[in-house]
Amino acid sequence: MKEPLISLQGIVKKFPGVLANDHVNMELYPGEIHAVLGENGSGKSTLMSILAGLYRPDLGKIMVSGVEQKFRSPRDAIFYGIGMVHQHFKLVEPFSVAENITLGEKDSFLLSKEKLKTKIHELGEKYGLKINPDAKIWQLSVGEKQRVEIVRMLYRGSKVLVLDEPTAVLTPQEAQELFNNLRRLASANCAVVLITHKLNEVQEIADRVTVLRQGKVAGVLEKNQITAQEMVRLMVGREVALNYERKPSSAGRVVLDLEKVTALNDLGIPSLRECSLRVREGEIFGLAGVSGNGQRELAEVIAGLRRIESGKVSLDSQEISHRSPREIIDLGVSYVPEDRLGMGLVPQLNTMENLILKNYHQPEYSGRWLLKPKVIQKHAEVLVDQYQVKLASLHQPVKSLSGGNLQKLLLAREISGAPKLMVVIYPARGLDIGATEAVHKLLLELKSRKTAILLISEDLDEILKLADRVGVIFNGQLNGEFPIEQTNLEEVGLLMMGSRSVEERIDDNEPACL
Amino acid sequence: MNRLAFKLEKRLNPSPAMIAIVPLISVLLALLLGAIFLSLTGQNPLAVYATMFGEALGSKYGFTETLVKAIPLMLSALGISIAFKMQLWNIGAEGQLYMGALAATWLPLTYPNLPAYLMLPGMAMLAMAAGGIWGLIAAIPKAIWKVDEIITTLMLNYVAILWVDYLVYGPWKDPKGFNFPFTAQFPGAARLPGLGDSRVNAGLVLAVLLAILLAVVFKYSRWGYELKVIGASEQSARYAGMHIKKKILVVLFLSGAISGLAGMTEVSGIVGRLQHGISPGYGYTAIIVAWLSKLNPLAIVLVSILFGALQVGGYAVQVVGVPAAVASMLQGAILFFVLGGEVLTNYRIRRAQRGEK
Repeated sequence: MKEPLISLQGIVKKFPGVLANDHVNMELYPGEIHAVLGENGSGKSTLMSILAGLYRPDLGKIMVSGVEQKFRSPRDAIFYGIGMVHQHFKLVEPFSVAENITLGEKDSFLLSKEKLKTKIHELGEKYGLKINPDAKIWQLSVGEKQRVEIVRMLYRGSKVLVLDEPTAVLTPQEAQELFNNLRRLASANCAVVLITHKLNEVQEIADRVTVLRQGKVAGVLEKNQITAQEMVRLMVGREVALNYERKPSSAGRVVLDLEKVTALNDLGIPSLRECSLRVREGEIFGLAGVSGNGQRELAEVIAGLRRIESGKVSLDSQEISHRSPREIIDLGVSYVPEDRLGMGLVPQLNTMENLILKNYHQPEYSGRWLLKPKVIQKHAEVLVDQYQVKLASLHQPVKSLSGGNLQKLLLAREISGAPKLMVVIYPARGLDIGATEAVHKLLLELKSRKTAILLISEDLDEILKLADRVGVIFNGQLNGEFPIEQTNLEEVGLLMMGSRSVEERIDDNEPACL
Repeated sequence: MNRLAFKLEKRLNPSPAMIAIVPLISVLLALLLGAIFLSLTGQNPLAVYATMFGEALGSKYGFTETLVKAIPLMLSALGISIAFKMQLWNIGAEGQLYMGALAATWLPLTYPNLPAYLMLPGMAMLAMAAGGIWGLIAAIPKAIWKVDEIITTLMLNYVAILWVDYLVYGPWKDPKGFNFPFTAQFPGAARLPGLGDSRVNAGLVLAVLLAILLAVVFKYSRWGYELKVIGASEQSARYAGMHIKKKILVVLFLSGAISGLAGMTEVSGIVGRLQHGISPGYGYTAIIVAWLSKLNPLAIVLVSILFGALQVGGYAVQVVGVPAAVASMLQGAILFFVLGGEVLTNYRIRRAQRGEK
């Protein structure tokens, strides 16, 4: 057997109140694509941060080609050939690709531009990562930016490439391209580490999987052992339904009706452009799209948080275009924003205070002047129990809760008002399998109670699992709409990239990549 | 080699014990620091402190003087705390106090013959309106154009002080005042009644009642809940359908109005006329008081008395040859230690284990 490039031995890392890594062992061999799988809080990010030199382990050894090394900083990790591509790119937007690639190299200015370009070109040829070194970062698509990050790491001589949820921001087509490139990197004897919680990707590309649970290695699966059931069992420690039982929707009257709505984004640029859309009672309308195509603006328009320039929004045939957020709340519109802690919930306030955020003014929870603390506490106790939110105390600020618990808390508040219309945006983003399942079940249950649900998501799996009708939003417009039975993943992916209006894309958005 | 190393470790939740203990220890440390300086200048710190606190808290005269100083501090700090709760940094209490004093003075100067039951409420209303408007002047640009209220409220302080100076040196100067910069003495009906035979006036009762009211408002009212949400996250407040702009206007008006009332109790209860330098910086010291009290209205009452005592004690030690500035030094040191001590409420200190870095 080959010698491992990197071997982590007995890694222990403690944070106050948590044992993030508990004697974790992992070996990375040249030429393999190694997936690291685990729910949130299972310790995978901590482990990777240790590998990348960001944290130092409390106990344990990092062996590089059989020799123990201590990483004092990310610079050391890079020196020993470990490169990390973060989920949020560390690129300087106004700089060119070439400038970004040499950024932080101490002696980079001695290198001639021509040599640098040749080197970038060579790397591109070798691994299929073609990129124009003169393009500015802001001109690039998300997929291209990611490519720059990868080339940057290769340029610095990385033999081990760690990618943190690389497909979270990509369309299916871009993801496919990334996988092809990673394959090529592996065949050139690099080791690729993929942190993810998307099982289908792991099945598709990984040679080996290390599954973490509660800071420990729950199991290592070889290529021929990798099945979705097995991975989920190791991750969650129990069986989880991979598909939900779907009740046919009994879609009734139209609840939400958007007619040619135009609205501006925060920069004053039109980001909803004559967008029309209908959601019926008792159905989940899944709106797919790459984020930044007007989703947030759409949700805010419905909630009354964003002014519309033209068009009409109606709820139950009653126009709500220019109503205040409070009037819209009182008419029975719930909204679960993408920014859970910062918009949906107030981090410094406790659970009770957060649960009355939208209805504290209603006679049930307050009189003319004073709040009704007993009712509020009872209300919180009931919801926390009913929605199985795990928390130490009702009096604790919610900022200390985990992502899954925050989302449950938020949904508990939004659902408990028995809304007519529910707008949810990226509801499972950043949640682990267990929490995602819980959130999805809540939405399905809400649907069975006749609420109209607008589900805005980038995750096609999520949409296919939940939605009754699927629409695609691109560039502020609805770009196609189908009933779920006729939805084809490939086609949705193409529409998400705006394929129906190819001419338009060439006009205003020439690809910066060669 | 790391055996003696210490580590700061973030607490999962702020420690409630530390929230109570830190201010107490801070006061002690400030006194200790003051003692070092005093002994360096050849004084016996124990003797100086004995004089200071013996005078300010021990004697009847001293204690009533302490309360006299505490009244404007309490009122201004209560006003400040309303704005600070919403993260509106109103540092214009000094100016709002001056404007309150100015407006309150107008009534007895213009209608000297009003009976007390019209005069006193009238003066209070005018003072609150004037202080409130002084707050509003900063609030309007804040609400509409997001103009930083720190700058506007601070600058308005100087405007207010200059207005008072203009009046007491000019049109309102007492013709029988030998050219001193003050107005004529108020008629008896314009004087707040004192408590017993001391200089302590009914303003104290007003301040304590207001503190209790605010404590209830902050903790149990709908209005206080909105204040807390907007202060913590404007985004969430908008999302919840709260009217943020309206709230900015109302909050800065109320904040200014209460400081304005402090101006009224000064001219009506203590001095009996408007004069140059009516406040020795109460509005600024009140910021420290509000902050040390963690915006808790009942704590403001106690901390104001402590700061009043420091000021009176400062005057007292001049008799033994120590400058009154020692009081300001102690105030500064207390704030310094409280701010530093906040680390302990959010972090704990732990001995690092061997081999740990």
